[in-house]
Amino acid sequence: MLDKSGRDGSALLEFRSVNTYYGDLHVLKNVDYFIGKGEIVCLLGGNASGKSTTMKTIMGVVRPHSGEVVYDGQPISKLATNERVKRGIAPVLEARRLFPRMTVYENLELGAYTQPRGAQFDEDLERVYELFPRVKERRTQLAGTLSGGEQQMVAIGRALMARPRLICMDEPSMGLSPLFVEQVFDIIQTINRQGTTIFMVEQNANMALSIAHRAYVLQTGVVVLSGSAAELRENEDIKQAYLGEMQVAPT
Amino acid sequence: MTLTDVILQQVINGLSLGAMYALLALGFTLVYGILELINFSHFNVFMVGSFIAMYVLQAFGLSGQTTILTGLPLVGVLVAAFAVTMLACGAIGVGIERFLLRPLRAVKGPAAMILTIGVSYVLFNLVILGSGADSKNFPNPLPALQWPIGGAVLRLREVLIWAVSLLLMGGLTYFVGYTKLGKAMRATAQDPEAARMMGVEVDRVIMTAFFLGAALAGAGGLIFGLYYNFTSFIIGFNAGLRAFTAAVLGGIGNVPGAMLGGLMIGLIEAFSGAFIATAWSDVIIFSILVLVLVFRPAGLLGRVAPNKS
Ligand SMILES: Nc1ncnc2c1ncn2[C@@H]1O[C@H](COP(=O)(O)OP(=O)(O)O)[C@@H](O)[C@H]1O
Ligand SMILES: [Mg+2]
Repeated sequence: MLDKSGRDGSALLEFRSVNTYYGDLHVLKNVDYFIGKGEIVCLLGGNASGKSTTMKTIMGVVRPHSGEVVYDGQPISKLATNERVKRGIAPVLEARRLFPRMTVYENLELGAYTQPRGAQFDEDLERVYELFPRVKERRTQLAGTLSGGEQQMVAIGRALMARPRLICMDEPSMGLSPLFVEQVFDIIQTINRQGTTIFMVEQNANMALSIAHRAYVLQTGVVVLSGSAAELRENEDIKQAYLGEMQVAPT
Repeated sequence: MTLTDVILQQVINGLSLGAMYALLALGFTLVYGILELINFSHFNVFMVGSFIAMYVLQAFGLSGQTTILTGLPLVGVLVAAFAVTMLACGAIGVGIERFLLRPLRAVKGPAAMILTIGVSYVLFNLVILGSGADSKNFPNPLPALQWPIGGAVLRLREVLIWAVSLLLMGGLTYFVGYTKLGKAMRATAQDPEAARMMGVEVDRVIMTAFFLGAALAGAGGLIFGLYYNFTSFIIGFNAGLRAFTAAVLGGIGNVPGAMLGGLMIGLIEAFSGAFIATAWSDVIIFSILVLVLVFRPAGLLGRVAPNKS
């Protein structure tokens, strides 16, 4: 497929020395990220290292104590979440977080909450149904009754309904069967090639690095490594820390 | 009157009382569904609503049961009374949320609930100070139309209460089920953080829940006056407690549950009053509540809440 991701080296999202706290707990420590237009950037890191906090800081649910988040050339640290979504940042949340007692269709509608109704909505819905025929089949079902893999498709579809320029995904492969994991990564790549920038937290480093352009490694709130995905795949520390498990022979 | 007639009559009475409790229960459930807050100020927003309704009706020159209206003037006065009362109560609800509860939003623990108890007592005492502690003759412009159904009697009053309640509950069901803001409200109730990240303005949703709940309480206050022909500063306690019970019985946070619970409490009250003794209605109502909660802690239509981790 033609790559329309539009990578040109300019930034879509930047963190500049961002610090965040939960009460006294210092989570992100002077963190810098650079997410270029059209890129897939992957954020690796162990448990509790601040990956989800990074995503929440982008969405404005967590506010930086100091430093700046810059989106499309504008500082956004003071913007309300709703305003960020309007400007084209959409989340695929950790553990999917669909609205379980609403239908699949209503979940997609909520994804489009900041968008006008009309021809554009129908177009976006068509696109989601094309990417995920299963989602179309399930559209009248309550989201909570779907399997994990189907829920992840709805979660990604819901993000697409916001017409995002940047999708922030928090562990999209979490809890999915290997078959679904592969599908999800394929879809992420497709979406990226259609022109959406992706910033993605992943535990499944092998898979993530195989589709990402660049990656960061976060350790207890500090960026300890960054570089092109290819570089990181060859890095011995990364191999040990994140790729090791994947290479253990199945028992 | 045969037994069937008595039963029929109590169904008529019970559905009228029940409609009023249901309107009131919806306010508890809307707010609880989103904030997990038991809003005790709701008791006396209802009571204030019945006073506002009384003043509106008096402003139309009605007093007691002496001025009877028919036709268009009757419809006009009722529509105006419901509209003004509901808007005024809605504004009180929004004021309580915006200026008193919102600053406490981030505070964990019982502070917000205690605040609503405080607001409830302030409203209660303001009404005593403003219009005295005696009970008031509530203007009722309804003509004494009635229709026999077997040996039971259906009065215009009941027909009006049912029509208004059906309209309001139908409207609310439509709002919550099919409008953009209503869907945002359900989403916020299910996962506020996720809703926020979809772009939902959660503060606006919360304010809407308070507005709607308080407006419905206002309608309930007007219905109370038309049903009993009096109002008093004290009415919030009894009706509020029953409506709250109705909300819990149906499954607090659940909109159809509040309606079902309200109707059930109304029917239980009517039947226990007729077949046992009015003095026993509270014992029976609250015994049923206890039994339901023992066997279905989440209420009749409620879900057992998943442990939030
Ligand atoms: N809402 C919160 N309140 C307090 N502490 C939190 C909150 N969310 C996360 N934390 C803490 O912040 C740290 C980073 O969490 P998180 O960003 O979720 O990590 P990750 O996604 O990398 O596993 C953890 O120590 C976690 O316990
Ligand atoms: Mg996480």
